This record gives sequence, structure tokens and C-alpha cells, in this order.
Amino acid sequence: MDLTFLLLTLVKIVLICFVFAMIMGALLTWVERKLSAAVHDRVGPNRASIMGVTAMGLLHPIADMIKAFTKEDFVPAGANKALFALAPMLAMVPPLVVFAVVPFGPGPNFVIAPLDTGMLFILAIGGLGIYGAALGGWASNNSFALLGSLRAAAQMISYEVSMGLNLVGIFLIFGTVSLSQIVLGQGELLWGWLPMWGIVLQPVAFILFLTASMAENKRAPFDLPEGESEILGYNLEYSSMRFALFFLSEFVEIVVIAAVAATLFFGGWQIPWVDPQGTAGGWITAGQVAAFVGKVVFLCWVQMMIRWTLPRFRYDQVMTLGWKYLLPLSLANIVVTAIVVAML
Amino acid sequence: MGADYLPYVAIVLTLVLSTGLVGAILVMNSILGPKVLTGAKSESFECGNLPAEPTRKRFSVKFYVVAIFFVVFDIEAIFLIPWAVSYRDLLNDPVYASIALAEVLLFVGVLAMGLWYVWRKGALDWAFERPAAGGENE
Repeated sequence: MDLTFLLLTLVKIVLICFVFAMIMGALLTWVERKLSAAVHDRVGPNRASIMGVTAMGLLHPIADMIKAFTKEDFVPAGANKALFALAPMLAMVPPLVVFAVVPFGPGPNFVIAPLDTGMLFILAIGGLGIYGAALGGWASNNSFALLGSLRAAAQMISYEVSMGLNLVGIFLIFGTVSLSQIVLGQGELLWGWLPMWGIVLQPVAFILFLTASMAENKRAPFDLPEGESEILGYNLEYSSMRFALFFLSEFVEIVVIAAVAATLFFGGWQIPWVDPQGTAGGWITAGQVAAFVGKVVFLCWVQMMIRWTLPRFRYDQVMTLGWKYLLPLSLANIVVTAIVVAML
Repeated sequence: MGADYLPYVAIVLTLVLSTGLVGAILVMNSILGPKVLTGAKSESFECGNLPAEPTRKRFSVKFYVVAIFFVVFDIEAIFLIPWAVSYRDLLNDPVYASIALAEVLLFVGVLAMGLWYVWRKGALDWAFERPAAGGENE
């Protein structure tokens, strides 16, 4: 372990975890408002301005940040102070750490930590996000927050099961859980012309994965733990930056889901038919990194559109969908994939 | 790549730096924000009323059942992942090729039978049938 490695890792962490993830998260809060405005046929936020420049409301995330920083971070009476302060960190840190194993481009230079166990690491660390919601609601000493956190915990663990199971098909086809290897495998061609992207080989798994991970992220149509019109949710007693961290963590998780789905199902940094081994360097490599970012942006947009075009489920419907549809379908997907692979 | 442990150093670094950043944000917030705690402000929020009952009250046992199912089914998912990774190698292996598929069909079959059992038991039905008129609401 030498200094170059440490410095390079630091630069990568700052660029990927802090700049890319945080800025994408902050931008998504703007996209969320503008897109919902477009869906609702409204104008959306356009008031925040510096010297008359509004930049289509792009200054609103900055105004929000300043506001969150200068508000009082109060703790309600009877709350468990330590857990109350810990919960927003537990919600925010896991989605940032997940980015450590996502390959942004070919080779070890574009990933913080090229773990062989990449996808297992993502499932394990992503699962920690449950603690943020569960502890935050319980520590608040509030009936509604407790209900919200119970709903959040039950919903997240229900969908965690099928999320793990419907990725088994991908692991089976590519014979690895390392994200870099899976991306390389997706560069190969089926029948000489079709890129072996995950979505081509495992279309069912992609739909199941997107559904399960959106339910994990607790956003509409799965926003029962918050349910603005019903119980307000586990972050009800939170104020200032602590609330903002819960809020931002949801948007960073959107980026995480988009990045993981792009890596597993959309070929990661692969541009179809161009340099599948990622050894070209120069402009082609830059284009591959740009392709990955483009895929992430596209999948973020898909999630936003789903969020703004579907109504909220009822809670028993969420549980029914998770246990009675996604889980059996995931199992069936594994069996069918195994049989097809054995016959080929 | 150099030594095998380097990725793990990078992971720990990511963890430490992310925690540090989030912690720094929270500390900055507590420095910048005002601190005016009044009695009414710190009350639990229940639409303006005083909390009617203890806030950490008993909750439905169904959440507990879901937690147990999670433990059972997630562990079975973990068992499937090593098999999935080595499945293609097993198919090429003369000894294990014949049973690589059969064994996992058995495993998934047992898993599916467990799912079918809890399904038939009604443990997956979140909403019980509506109580008769005048009955206690759930």
C-alpha cells in the first residue's frame, strides 16, 4: 500500500461518492419538482434567484441546502437522543458506500474498490438502510413515526428477499457476483450481433429488480412508510439537516438503483459493439464512462416517471405484491433460467 | 492490481470518509442553527393534541411474522447464490453435471413448498377478512 494508491483512492471517493452521488441527488430533487410540475401541467419552482437569474429553478436545491443548514435541529421530548441523532447517518451513509464497488468505466481505474464479491457487498450494505428508517421512527417517541418505521421495516425486508433472489439468474448466467466481470460478460454477443445485456437475457429479472428496489427505496408507488396524507412517516419529528439527510438519502438511493441496474442489466459502461474488453483507452474509454452515466440518468428518469404516474398502493397490496407475486416469480425465474442454461 | 487487501482498504476509506462527511454536515447544522427549545415545541406531534397514550405502544404481531419470513427466505436466497455462481462449472464437470440441476430443483421445490404452506396458512394475508358488523375493528 503506497501513497499513490491512497491518493488515487481519495480522489475517486471524492469524485464518485461525494461529487457524482451527492450532486446527482441534489439535482434529482430539482428534477422531481420540475418533472412533477410537467406531469401536473404546472410551471414548478422558478422563484429562487441570484441577481435575477433563476436558471429554471436550478437554484432551489441550493436554497434548500442553506435553509436546512440554518434551521434548528431539535430533539422532541422523550426521544432517545443517541439513536435519534444516529438514524439520519444510518440512512445516508449506506447508499454512498455502495458506490465504492460500482465500475464507472473499464479497468480498475474507474472503480474505488473492485471487489470480487461486489453484488453481495451491495446487497449487504444496501440492507443497512433499513436501520435508518426503523431506528429513526422508534427513537422519535411519536405514534405516527413508530407506525411509519414499522411499515418501512416490514416493507423493506419483504422486498429484500425477492431482490436477492431475482439477481440469482444474472449470477447464474455470468458465473460471478463481481460487477466488473458481469459488465465484461455483457460485452459478448449473442448470435453474433445481439449484445448479451442483462435485460436481453433476463427481462423478467429486470422488471422484478426494479420493482423490488423501488419498494426498498420507499418511494411512490411504494411510499407507504411516508404516506403524506396518512401517517407522515418515520421522519415526522425530524427537522433541519437531519430531515434533509433522510430526504437526500432517498434521492441518492435512486442513483444507486439506477447505477446497479445499469451495471447488471444495461451493460454498465459497454457501448454496444464498441471495444467490449475496455482496452482501447483515450476517447473510447471516455465515451464508455459517459455511456454509463447516460444509462444512470436514463434509469433515474424512468424511476421518476414511475413515481409521478402511478398512485400509491394500499399496505396489504404492497405485502401481497412482495410475497405472493415477486417471490414466486423470482423462484420461477431461477428455475427456468437454470433449465435453459442446462439445455444450451 | 497489487495486494489482495487493497480493495478492502478502499472500502474502509469510503466508509470513513462518507461517515465523516455526513457527520460534518450534521455538526455544521448544529452550529449554524438556532437553539430555542420551548415546552410546546418539544411535545410529540399529534396534530396539536397532547399525546393520548404512550407513544411506543404495542403493535400488530403481523410485523413479527414478516420478520421471521424474511430471515427464513433470505437465508435460502444466500444458499442459492454460491450455486448460481458455480452452476456453469458444475455443468461442465463430468461428476456433478447430472445432479447440478436436480439438486437445486429439489432445493427450490422445498422452498416453494414452505412458501405454499405459509400462504395456505394465511400468514401472507396482511388484511384479515372484515370483522362482522359491531365487531372490534382491527
